[in-house]
Parts: sequence; C-alpha cells; structure tokens
Amino acid sequence: MQMYEALKAYKLPDEQGHFGSYGGVFVAETLVYALEELRESYENVRKDADFIAEFEYELKHYVGRPSPVYHAKRLSEQVGGAQIWLKREDLNHTGAHKINNTVGQALLARKMGKKRVIAETGAGQHGVASATVAARYDMECVVYMGSEDIKRQASNVYRMKLLGASVVPVESGSKTLKDALNEAMRDWVTNVESTFYIIGTVAGPHPYPMMVRDFNSVVGRELRIQMPDEVGRQPDAIIACVGGGSNAIGAFYSYIEDKNVRLIGVEAAGFGIESGKHAATLCAGNPGVLHGNRTYLMQNDDGQITETHSISAGLDYPGVGPEHAWLKDSGRAEYVAVDDHEALEAFHALTRTEGIMPALESSHAVAYAMKLAPQMSKDAVLLVNLSGRGDKDMHTVAQASGITL
Amino acid sequence: MSRIAATFEKLKSADKKALIPFITAGDPDPTMTTPIMGALVQVGADIIELGVPFSDPMADGPTIQRASERALVHGVGLGDVLEMVSAFRQSDNETPVVLMGYANPIEAMGYENFSNQAQAAGVDGVLVVDYPPEESGDLTRQLNAQGIDSIFLLAPTTQQARMDTVARFASGYVYYVALKGVTGASHLDMQEVAKKLPEVRTHVKLPIGVGFGIRDGDTARAVADVADAVVIGSRLVEEIENAQPESVIADVGVLIRGIRQAMDAA
Repeated sequence: MQMYEALKAYKLPDEQGHFGSYGGVFVAETLVYALEELRESYENVRKDADFIAEFEYELKHYVGRPSPVYHAKRLSEQVGGAQIWLKREDLNHTGAHKINNTVGQALLARKMGKKRVIAETGAGQHGVASATVAARYDMECVVYMGSEDIKRQASNVYRMKLLGASVVPVESGSKTLKDALNEAMRDWVTNVESTFYIIGTVAGPHPYPMMVRDFNSVVGRELRIQMPDEVGRQPDAIIACVGGGSNAIGAFYSYIEDKNVRLIGVEAAGFGIESGKHAATLCAGNPGVLHGNRTYLMQNDDGQITETHSISAGLDYPGVGPEHAWLKDSGRAEYVAVDDHEALEAFHALTRTEGIMPALESSHAVAYAMKLAPQMSKDAVLLVNLSGRGDKDMHTVAQASGITL
Repeated sequence: MSRIAATFEKLKSADKKALIPFITAGDPDPTMTTPIMGALVQVGADIIELGVPFSDPMADGPTIQRASERALVHGVGLGDVLEMVSAFRQSDNETPVVLMGYANPIEAMGYENFSNQAQAAGVDGVLVVDYPPEESGDLTRQLNAQGIDSIFLLAPTTQQARMDTVARFASGYVYYVALKGVTGASHLDMQEVAKKLPEVRTHVKLPIGVGFGIRDGDTARAVADVADAVVIGSRLVEEIENAQPESVIADVGVLIRGIRQAMDAA
C-alpha cells in the first residue's frame, strides 16, 4: 500500500507533456490540431474500463502475455556474482516488446475512426509490429523506412509486405530511422484527417512519450508481481537497452518511486564513444529539440543532427525519449554505454549458455549485466529486460564473424 | 517603427500587397546568398525570408530539403546565416529580413546569444517552424527585447481559440499555411483560403501572409486579392536548383518580376 501511494506521487509528464525541461510539443502549426485530438482521445480511453479490458484481453490472447521471467543460471554461474534474470519480451508475438505499444495505438486509432495507419521503422521491428496490428484490425498500413535500412533488413521488409503493408523507401538525409520519422511526419501533416501515426518509441511530441510508455508499462507491472513470486523480493537493478527507450521505460516505470531498485539504461557505444561513431545520446550528447520534443541529441556545434552508428539498427537513433533525459538529470536512473564488440560477445554468450538468442539491441543490456554481476554478491539479483529475439539479426551477426549466409 | 511594420505601412498607402520570397541561405552555395537577396529586392521583393539550413527539416517537402542539404554540404550554420544578413545590410538597410528555420540551431546557440547576434546582424523577424506559441515564450521575450518580431504560422486546422493564443505572441505578420501538407505541395485551394482569412482577421490584427502552394503569377494574384502578403518558397528554390550557376540571378529575377507584375496588375 505504501508503494502504491509512492507510485502515485510520480505524475510526469505535466499537462503540456513536459518532464522537467524535456518533452513538450515542438511541431509545426499544421500538426497541433492532430496532436490535440490525439491527446483528448487518449485521455478518454485511459479512463475507459472497456478500452482497458480490451487492451488487456489482446495482450493476453494475441501477444501472449504475461511474458515469463527466467533465471539465467548457467550464464550467472559463468559470469560469477549476481544472479541474472531475464524478462522474456522476446517471447511475445512478433518477437519483441514493440507489439505492446502497436496493439494499444491500433485500438486507439480504431476508436478514433481512423482507417489508415502509418509508422516509421529502423530495423523493421516496429514496422512489422505495426503491419501486424493493421492486418489484425483491418487497416491500411504504410511504413516509412530509410533506403539504407531496407537494404540491411530485407527479410523484415518482406514480412511487412506479406502482412499487407506498403513499405516506402526514404531517400533523404542519412536514409535511416530519423529520416523515416521525418517522412512519416510529413505524411501525417498531409493526411491528418484519415491517418493515425503509430510512433514506435517514447519520443516524438506529447502525448506520444507518455502514451507509448503507458502501453509498454505492462512489463514493469508484471515484474512487480513476478519477482517477489520467484525470488521473494524486487531485483537490485533493472537493466534495459535504450535507443529511443521504449522497452526501458516500460520496465522502469513501475519502479521509479522504488528507490531500492537501481534503474540502468544501456546505450549503444558503437565503435566506442571516443570514435564519435556511436548512438550513446544520454552518455555523450546534449539537450536540444528534434522530432517534436526537447531531449538529449547527437548534434554538432551548429545544432545539426549528426549521424549515429550501432551494430543494432534499433538503437541507431540520434535522440532519446524525454522521460529518460529527465530520469538521467534527476539522477533516478543511470545510463551507461556498451560497444558493438561487447554486445556481440553477450549475444554469443547468452545463445551458448541458455539457448536464448537475444536481439542485438537486447544484447547491449545483457552485456552490461555481465559486466556488473561479478562486482556483486551471489545473493544480488539483476533483471535484464530481454526486449527482443535475435532471429532478425542472423545476417548482421554472421557478417560480423566474417561469414556469408 | 520596425522595418516590417514600416514596409506594410508603405505598401498599404500605395495600395499594394507584400511579396515575400523565401530562399535557403547557402543555396546553391554561400557566396550566392547575398547577391540573390539583392536581386530579389531589385525585382520587387518587399521582405525576404531566409531559410536557416537544418539536417532534419520535418515540415518541408523535397525541394526545400534538397536546398538545405546543398547548403549543409558547405557547412552553413546559423552563425554563417547571420553573417550573410550583415553582408546584405551593407547595401540594403530598408528591406526586412526574416529568418525561418527549425528550433535546434537556435537552441544550440542559446536564446540570448542568438537574439543579440540577430539584432546586430540586422534581422527583423524570426519564424521557428517547430516552436508553436506555447513553447516559444522565452525566445519571443528575448527577441522582442531586441526589437525583433516573432512570426508564427496559422494552419487550416488551427481552431479559433488558438488563433487568439497565436495573436498574443505574434508581431510583424502572421503566416497562414494555405495547405495541409509540407512546403512545395500543389493544389492550393483558393476558395478555402478566401473563406478562412476573414475568420483569421477577427482574431489576428497583424498583416497576414499566405504561403505554401503558390507557384505562378495567377495563384500569387489570387492570394494577393485576399491576403496582405504573398510568400513564395518552393517554386523559387526550384528555380535556383535548376538554374545554371551563371544564370541563377537572371532566372530568379525573371520569375519574381513576373509574379510582382501579376500581383500589381490592375
């Protein structure tokens, strides 16, 4: 009960979508009305018992929730120190946490009478999750994807097409995720009356960071019940990878007021922070405005957004959710970075010790747990949010090992 | 009186409408910007909107995105744009210059620093596409303290109550975006514009410029009939993109002179 009261005390964002000085609504006037309409609709469904019941039904029967927690005993033994547990978001339908959010947003789109949904995607996971729910709820779906990413993720492109979505290649800028997001925004401005924009992470203008967090927060709610059942208490730390930060915030949210639990976000250090070729926005960027919100960004002295690098396409983004920016500045969460090489090693380690192949994104979180565990006692419990499965990354992993499939 | 207010006053007494061309600073290369600005004034521009290049121009269509990319190849940043305005002021101390761009380059420079430097360079107005009034209070205060106008956008979807909010923050003029969509899209719906502007005028007492979708003398003329200013962007940037380097000035002159004549024809 005390905890429940404590949780209630965390009320961010404020009405204008601010997390301290971060977040907000930084968009052209042409989008303001659409965002107001979305905010109102979302505020209504948030309090609507029927909507919540339908969302929960879908999460259970369509997504396959609750996802289990799993004690990675062999990995823990091999690494030494703390016990490493995994939250198995990789077992969800479509293989990642992304589906939690797309189910929620698709139900909202239907409620708002929108028959067309659009999405941006980097690695293709959010595109697949959006195409999946569009098929499920009989909606037209258009996915914007950078032409560079289309080349790197051919099988996900085909999956989206099988699901009935059209995939539009984006040729502007660096031809990756951020440019796909720009292009989806342009589509939305143009077709604002018929179209619902399903943003895939906790970025973008208010209410997206809040809404995407809420839909993903099922992860943390399940953890609060599962961990005491399995180990008799809450974990000492929760570790999750952070690109835009949707899986991390989903796991963190229910623990924000619970100061006994360390919250650790793991960013992509790419070729190493000192190389400049990375996507560790919170560790090495600084605040600015992009994609509708104020947050930490990778940028040069002129305020131009710089290109990022990570072996994991899902972390390869020059911004980060504004709530993470706030959690960093407030000191409530810690943010660290793991490079490509360490992430690959963790990928192989978990695959070989547990028979679980993690997504390269999630491998960053596993890698940090492997670093931290030996510094802790055997009784300590680390919970890694295993946000997705690694099947999609076969080609990248093979290539990194010099193998052509 | 600010240069922008003085310009609208002068036009009003001459019974003319303002012609506001938009170019991206540094396009096609940094040495061309000041000469193009001068040429625009020669053929009848009343105010110049100067685009500040940005890596992620979300509200712009492909034409202006490419202009930004051409300028960024030369590393043109906000500081360089202010230098170009200073250079323009060496020979023209009357024509108002409005900077138009995105928030992040200004965030990187800092509001106070930017406002001071913009004033020193001779900037008259600033339009930040992704600062709606609700997020712009601090910058607007700094700009106004330097005598610089804050220009805001209104859209076909802007509700009446919001027009009052915009009016509270805006000075100089407001910019009515005639289309749902990004810059450079086609299909300007003149009937819609003609219907909407009187409604806007009941909330906003400033001059109203109309832009997005104006491509030739006819559309400019039709807009001039109902608005106080005609903004022409993508069509002009297209002209710059397609011109041979040696004929940029001449081609731009022909286009804008033609539009000026169409607007002024009795």
